Amino acid sequence: MLLHGYLPAILEGLWLTLRVSALSLVIACVFGIVGAMAKLSPSRAARWTSEVYTTVIRGMPELVLMLLIFYGGQIGINKLAESQGWDYIEIPPFIAGVLTIGFIFGAYMTETFRGAILAVPKGQAEAAAAFAMPPLQIMWRIVLPQMVRHAIPGFANNWLIMIKASALVSIIGLDDMMHRAGLAAASTRAPFTFYMAVALIYLLLTSVSIFVLSRLEARYSLGLKKVQF
Amino acid sequence: MEWQIIRDSLPLYATGIKTTLLLLAISLASSFVLAVPLAVARVSRRAWISRPVWFYTYVLRGTPLLVQLFILYHGLAQFEAVRESVAWVLLRNAWFCAWLAFTLNSTAYTTEIFAGALRATNPGEIEAARAYGLDGFRLYSRILLPSALRRALPQYSNEVVGLMHATAIASTVTLVDITRVARDVYANHLFVTESFGVAAVIYFILTFALVGGFKLLERHFLRHLRSESRKGLEPSTPVSA
Repeated sequence: MLLHGYLPAILEGLWLTLRVSALSLVIACVFGIVGAMAKLSPSRAARWTSEVYTTVIRGMPELVLMLLIFYGGQIGINKLAESQGWDYIEIPPFIAGVLTIGFIFGAYMTETFRGAILAVPKGQAEAAAAFAMPPLQIMWRIVLPQMVRHAIPGFANNWLIMIKASALVSIIGLDDMMHRAGLAAASTRAPFTFYMAVALIYLLLTSVSIFVLSRLEARYSLGLKKVQF
Repeated sequence: MEWQIIRDSLPLYATGIKTTLLLLAISLASSFVLAVPLAVARVSRRAWISRPVWFYTYVLRGTPLLVQLFILYHGLAQFEAVRESVAWVLLRNAWFCAWLAFTLNSTAYTTEIFAGALRATNPGEIEAARAYGLDGFRLYSRILLPSALRRALPQYSNEVVGLMHATAIASTVTLVDITRVARDVYANHLFVTESFGVAAVIYFILTFALVGGFKLLERHFLRHLRSESRKGLEPSTPVSA
């Protein structure tokens, strides 16, 4: 039997790992775009908030932040619920995990997107402003599509770190691939087999990601002249 | 805030900090020693030398550190041959496994950082060295490595901070580091700020101490790369990897 018959269980765990990673990525991108726009905004309060966000998040380990937000968020929400007279709210670990990873990697995405937005020539936004486009439309129609090319290398890097960080959700009690492997290892006394299988699946995920993202980068750089040495 | 809990657990946090820093120091020392020759091999023109190193860094950088640590600490015990070998005294020790996992993992990242810096060497430097009759080992030890390692400093500081953050994972294999202390304090009192909050602040302070230390090193070692007019300003580096 393949993996002592535990292969389907591991693959179910993989499905959870993938959902956690994909949803966290969406949230991280939202935080990243908002954070980058805040960093480049004329408002001092927005710049300051964004600066504190990225500095604090990047100054501590993901695992500690995860535990802090996971347990702290649960308590914080219920304190709020109590003061409002609501019933006890239980945040499902899946939602908590996804929000936490998204929030953490939003800080890394903020830096990536900020650099990418700055790399788009200023004249582009100025020309759009001369056509009387409102600021949000300038961002959405002109700046964002052009910054993608500059953002992809950093984005790829963040995504690879994020996939690997998703293994940590097993510590806050999510039933992901790593957790399933731990259970299977305990009942079959074959921990090496299962952790090795998990490692191979992760290697496959990162390899596919690298391939797809490099194709994407080539796609977005089509209009660019390559320097020939 | 329950200050009493924080005050009572301070000695625990002190031992946690000691564990974290010791683990960081020994892992950094060993990965640095391994990464320098591996980086030289990585940029080698001979494929049979550079490809295995590429493969090593690719696999280690493509899998989570938590999985690597679990393979070493939990996984190897599966084999009777390992359990009966002399190495078992070491391999069943959590400290040894954590050190080995962090060393192997950090070596992979550091090798790529150093290799990148070696590739960025100005060809003129090599030509000048060759003109002076330097070759092979002396070319690397006197010219290429001193200049490449300096250039690698900003990125290397990211790796050091990243490794310091990664040591939190050692808390999953019974090592009592800062994170483990915080988890124990939380389990005993069920106060989040007093446990994980304190740990977060400690890591934050350690991060800034490391970043500050590397800024000083950069100011010293990268002085020649700054333009005259900007001597007063410091080169800016991102905080973390």
